[in-house]
Amino acid sequence: MSIDKEKIKHVAKLARISVDEAKVDSLTKDLNSIFKFIEQLNELNTEKVEPLTSILNQSLRSRKDEISDGKIREKILKNSPKENEEFFVVPKVVE
Amino acid sequence: MVVMSKEKFDYFIRGGKGKYEVVIGLEVHAQVLSKSKLFSGSSTKFGAGPNNQVSLIDSAFPGMLPVINEECIKQAVRTGLGLNAKINNYSVFDRKNYFYADLPQGYQISQYKNPIVGEGKVLLDMPYGSKEIGIERLHLEQDAGKSIHDMDPSNTYVDLNRSGIALMEIVSKPDLRSPDEVNAYIKKLRSIMRYLGTCDGNMQEGSLRADVNVSVRKEGDKKFGTRCEIKNVNSIKFMQMAIEYEAARQVELIENGKEIDQETRLFDTKKNETRSMRSKEDAHDYRYFPDPDLLPLKLEQKLIDDLKKSLPELPDKKKERFIKEYGLNAYEANVLVSEKEISDYYEEVAKLSDKKLAATWMMGDLFAMLNDKGLDISKSPISAKHFAELVQSIKSGEISGRIAKEVFEIMVESGDNPNKIIDSKGMKQQSDPKELEKMINEILSKNKDKVDQYKAGKEKLFGFFVGQVMKLSGGKANPQLTNEILKKLLKG
Amino acid sequence: MADITNQSLNEIIEKVKTKKVSSTDLTKAYIKNIESAKKLNTFITTTFDQALDKAKEFDNKPNFDQLLPGIPLAVKDLFCTENIKTTAGSNILNNFVPSYESTVTKNLWSNGSFLLGKLNCDEFAMGSSNETSHYGNVINPVGDQLVPGGSSGGSSSALAADLTPATIGTDTGGSIRQPASFTGTVGLKPTYGLCSRWGIVAFASSLDQAGPMTKTIKDCAIMLESMSGFDEKDSTSINKKKEQYSKNLKDNIKGLKIGIPKEYRVDNMPKEIDELWEKGKKILKNLGAQLIDISLPHTKYALPTYYIVAPAEASSNLARYDGVRYGYRSKQGKDLIEMYEKTRSEGFGDEVKRRILIGTYVLSSGYYDAYYLKAQKVRQLIKKDFDDSFTKIDAILTPSTPSSAFKIGEKMNDPVSMYLNDIFTVPVNLAGIPALSLPAGVDKQGYPLGLQLIGKALDEQKILNIGYAIEKNCGFKNEIKKWWS
Repeated sequence: MSIDKEKIKHVAKLARISVDEAKVDSLTKDLNSIFKFIEQLNELNTEKVEPLTSILNQSLRSRKDEISDGKIREKILKNSPKENEEFFVVPKVVE
Repeated sequence: MVVMSKEKFDYFIRGGKGKYEVVIGLEVHAQVLSKSKLFSGSSTKFGAGPNNQVSLIDSAFPGMLPVINEECIKQAVRTGLGLNAKINNYSVFDRKNYFYADLPQGYQISQYKNPIVGEGKVLLDMPYGSKEIGIERLHLEQDAGKSIHDMDPSNTYVDLNRSGIALMEIVSKPDLRSPDEVNAYIKKLRSIMRYLGTCDGNMQEGSLRADVNVSVRKEGDKKFGTRCEIKNVNSIKFMQMAIEYEAARQVELIENGKEIDQETRLFDTKKNETRSMRSKEDAHDYRYFPDPDLLPLKLEQKLIDDLKKSLPELPDKKKERFIKEYGLNAYEANVLVSEKEISDYYEEVAKLSDKKLAATWMMGDLFAMLNDKGLDISKSPISAKHFAELVQSIKSGEISGRIAKEVFEIMVESGDNPNKIIDSKGMKQQSDPKELEKMINEILSKNKDKVDQYKAGKEKLFGFFVGQVMKLSGGKANPQLTNEILKKLLKG
Repeated sequence: MADITNQSLNEIIEKVKTKKVSSTDLTKAYIKNIESAKKLNTFITTTFDQALDKAKEFDNKPNFDQLLPGIPLAVKDLFCTENIKTTAGSNILNNFVPSYESTVTKNLWSNGSFLLGKLNCDEFAMGSSNETSHYGNVINPVGDQLVPGGSSGGSSSALAADLTPATIGTDTGGSIRQPASFTGTVGLKPTYGLCSRWGIVAFASSLDQAGPMTKTIKDCAIMLESMSGFDEKDSTSINKKKEQYSKNLKDNIKGLKIGIPKEYRVDNMPKEIDELWEKGKKILKNLGAQLIDISLPHTKYALPTYYIVAPAEASSNLARYDGVRYGYRSKQGKDLIEMYEKTRSEGFGDEVKRRILIGTYVLSSGYYDAYYLKAQKVRQLIKKDFDDSFTKIDAILTPSTPSSAFKIGEKMNDPVSMYLNDIFTVPVNLAGIPALSLPAGVDKQGYPLGLQLIGKALDEQKILNIGYAIEKNCGFKNEIKKWWS
C-alpha cells in the first residue's frame, strides 16, 4: 500500500507537527520506502498468534495509597517557557 | 424490561409524523476516593492552590514513569461488585493519545480493550415499577488538569492539580428512556458508590460527571438511531435539560428529512442548548495501544473474594430488610435507604422507638427541616436519640402530634432532648380520663343550648365541643380520649 | 607516569585505591583530554568545576570500599541529571534543566563516581550514526571521516578517545552495541527491567534499556553492577537480588553450549564479518565450548517489527514535548494548536519527525490491526524463537553489525539502508534479553569489528564470562592514534 501526500498531512495533523510543503515530496518518498520494508511482515501468517502485550512475565506491581509527592510548584514551573508563579500559560485555545 | 404498575411509562417526543422514543446511554466519570493519585503520590484533596498537588509524573517530565495505586484498584473492584458486575482477573492499561494543554503526557492512561470490570446491572425504582439498567463496563483512567480561559484575554492558564487523579468510567447500556430515568440512575449509582465509600459523588466539586449519549427512534422501531454524545455535563438538572433539548433537535431533523451527524456536542448552560463541538472531519483518532510503561494487571481471585466479603450492605438489600424487619412499605424503604447516612439514622431511631411512626416523622418533618436548612442528615441539629425520644412520646400518647411539632421546633433551635422540653414547658398531653371528664362537663354546662341542638340532630357541633376542650386544655387534651368522653357524655 | 587515561576502568580504580593517583589528578587528566578533543564533538555539556569539587571532596575523605571510588564519568545526554541541562540531542530540550536525577546515574554516583559531562547522541536516541543530533555529528576517533555509530555515539567516541574511563548509554535497537562495535569498545544491553528507566528520556518504553560501555569486559561487569538494581519507581523494573558481576567474572567456559544461528548470515555481508564470526567460533571451541547450529526463523522480520513498535511507542512518548511545561516553544503560535504544530516542527529534527509520523500512522484508526497488532504478534514469534533455543543452549554468538563504521553522510539519504545497520542487534531488544558486543578484530581498513553474545533473560553473568574468555584469546587491541589533539 502506498501513502500519499494527503495521508501524510492528516497524520502530521494528528501528531501536531506542521509539515513544510516543500518537504512533503521527499517525506512521501521516504515513508513509502520504509513502509515497503515494513510490509514484509505480510508474508507471515499470524492468525493464531497472540499479540505480545508485555515482554516481562509478571503482574503489575502496585504502591500503597500514601501522599508522598506534590507541593513542588516551583520545580514544576521552573522550566516553563512562559513565566508565571502559579500556572502554566499557553496561547488561547480556539475551539 | 419494564414492569408496569400503577403509573404507565410515558415519555415520548411527539412529532408531526408520530411518537419518538428517546434512547439514552451514560458514561459516568466518578472520581475514586483515594488519598493519592492513580499513578503518582500527589494528593487528591479538593481546593488546593494551583499546581500545588502536582508531581513530576503528573506534569509529564521526561523520564517519569507511572506506578499504580493499589487502593484505586480495590475501589474499582468494590464498585464493580456493587454493580453486580463481572470482575476481570486480567486487565490492561492503554494510552489514549490526544493533545490538549491540560493533558501533560499527550495521552491519557485508560483501559480500552480489557477493562477491570465487565458487565453488570443497576436496579431503578420508577413509579411504573422497577427497571434494570445494564452496565457495559467500568474502567480506571486518569483525570486531566484544568484549563482556565477567563483569567487573561489572550492566554489560557493551566492548573494540573486534577491531572492524574483516578476516575472510574462507568458505561451504561443504552437502556435509559427518559430524563427521569437518568435522574434515578445517577442517584442510584451515586448512592451505591457512597455506600461503598468509593466515590463521594460530589457533583459541585466535579467528583461525578457524565457524557450523555442520546438518540431517538420512532416508537416501536427496533433499530437505534444515530447518536450524539453530549460531553461533560456536571449536574443532573443539566443532563435532563440537555437530553430534552437534544432529543427535540434530533426529532426535528428527522421530521424535516435531514440526517443526524454522529458527533460530540456541548451543553451550553446559559442558552440551554447543545451545540456541535468538533466537526466530523476532525473526529478524534485516539490511537489506543497498551501502555508499555505498565504491565497487564492480574488480579488474584482471593483479593476479589476478600473484597466481596468486606462489602457493606447495599441499598437494594437494605431496602428488602427494611420492609421485612421494620414493616415499611416499598416507598418508605426506598427513601430511607437512598443515602447510607439516612439509613443509619433511621436504624438508630427505629431501635429506640416505633419503627413505622419513626419513618413517617423522619420523611415528614425531619426531611423538610433539613431541606429547608440545606443540611445533610449527618449535620442534623437533632440527634437520632432525641428524635427517637420524640417519636416515643407521640407513640405513648404523652404528647399529641400537634404538640410534637412544637417540641420539634424547639429541639431544632435548642438541641435539647424532647422530654426536658415537654416537662419544662408543661406540654404533656392531658390523658387522665377523670380530669378530662371534669373539663368536658364544665364546657357542656356552659353551652347548654348547643348541647340541646346537638341532641336534636345537629351533629356538626361535635367539632365545636372538641375545639372548646382543646382551647381550655391549651391544646394538651388527648384527642382520642376527648372524643370518647365527649361522645359518652353527649349521649347521656 | 604513563598516561592514566588510556587504561581500563579496573586499572584506574586499582590506582586510586592504592593512592597512586588522586581523584583530582585523574579528573584533571580527563579534562585536559576533553579540552583537546573538541573536534570529535562528543560533549554537549561539560561539568568540570563540579567534577573537580567532587574529586576534591573524595580526596579529602576517600572511601575506597566503593565500586567506583572517585571516578569521573561522562554519560549519554539522555539521562536526566539534577540541575544539569539534559537535551536528549534535541533542540526541543535545548534549555531543559531537570530538577531530578535518573535512577541509573544516581546509582553510579552512590558508588563513588561523579559527573564529568553529558555526551552527544542521536536525537531522542533515534539513529545509528549520531548524525541526527541537533548538536552536530560526532566523529569516530578511529578515523576523521567515520561515524561513531549511534545512538550512543558520543559515548562510544568519548570512551575510545580516552575522554571518560567508562560510560553508559541506552540501547533500544542496538544503540549501545553498534557504536561499541564501531569504536572497538565493549557495550552491553542488559535484560529488559534490570536497569531502571526512571529519569531516562524515553524513546520506546518496551525496548529501552540503559547499559554500560567500557574498554574491557571486567570494566563492563563493574559498571553493570554499579548501575543496575530494582527500582520501585519503574513498574517494569525486575525485583531481584543484586549480582556481583565483577567478583564472579571467570573465563572458564568449558562445556558451555553456544548457539550459532544460521539466519545471521545475511546477503552481501562483507567477508571480514564472516571471518570474524569464524574466529569467534574457533576461540570458543578451543576453550572447550560446544558449538550448536540453531535456527531463529523469524530473525528476518525483527527489523520490520521494530520499525512499527519503536515508532509507535515513540510517537506517544514524544507527545509530551509540546512547548507547554518545559523545553522549546515556538514564538509563532497564535493559538494553542498552532503553537503545538510550530513548536514540534521546529523543535524536532527530520528523523524524529519521520518516526513520529510512522508511529502515528501505524496506530491510527484503520491501520492498527494491519501494522501495530501484526507487529506485536510477530514480536511474540521472535521471542519464542529465542525461548525455544535457550532450552538447548547457554548463549548465542553472532556478529554485532553487518559492517564496520561507515562514512559520515554515507547513509543519511537512505533511511532503510541506515536502519539495516541494526539487523543483528534489534531482535534482542524485541525479546527483552541481554546481549553484549565486544571487539574481536579489524577489517582490512583497520576498523574495529565486534562480536555479539546473546544470553537468556537475566543471564548477564554468563555472557560476560564468555566475553571475558574471548577477550583474553582474540588478541584485539584498540590502536587509536590521537590525531585530533
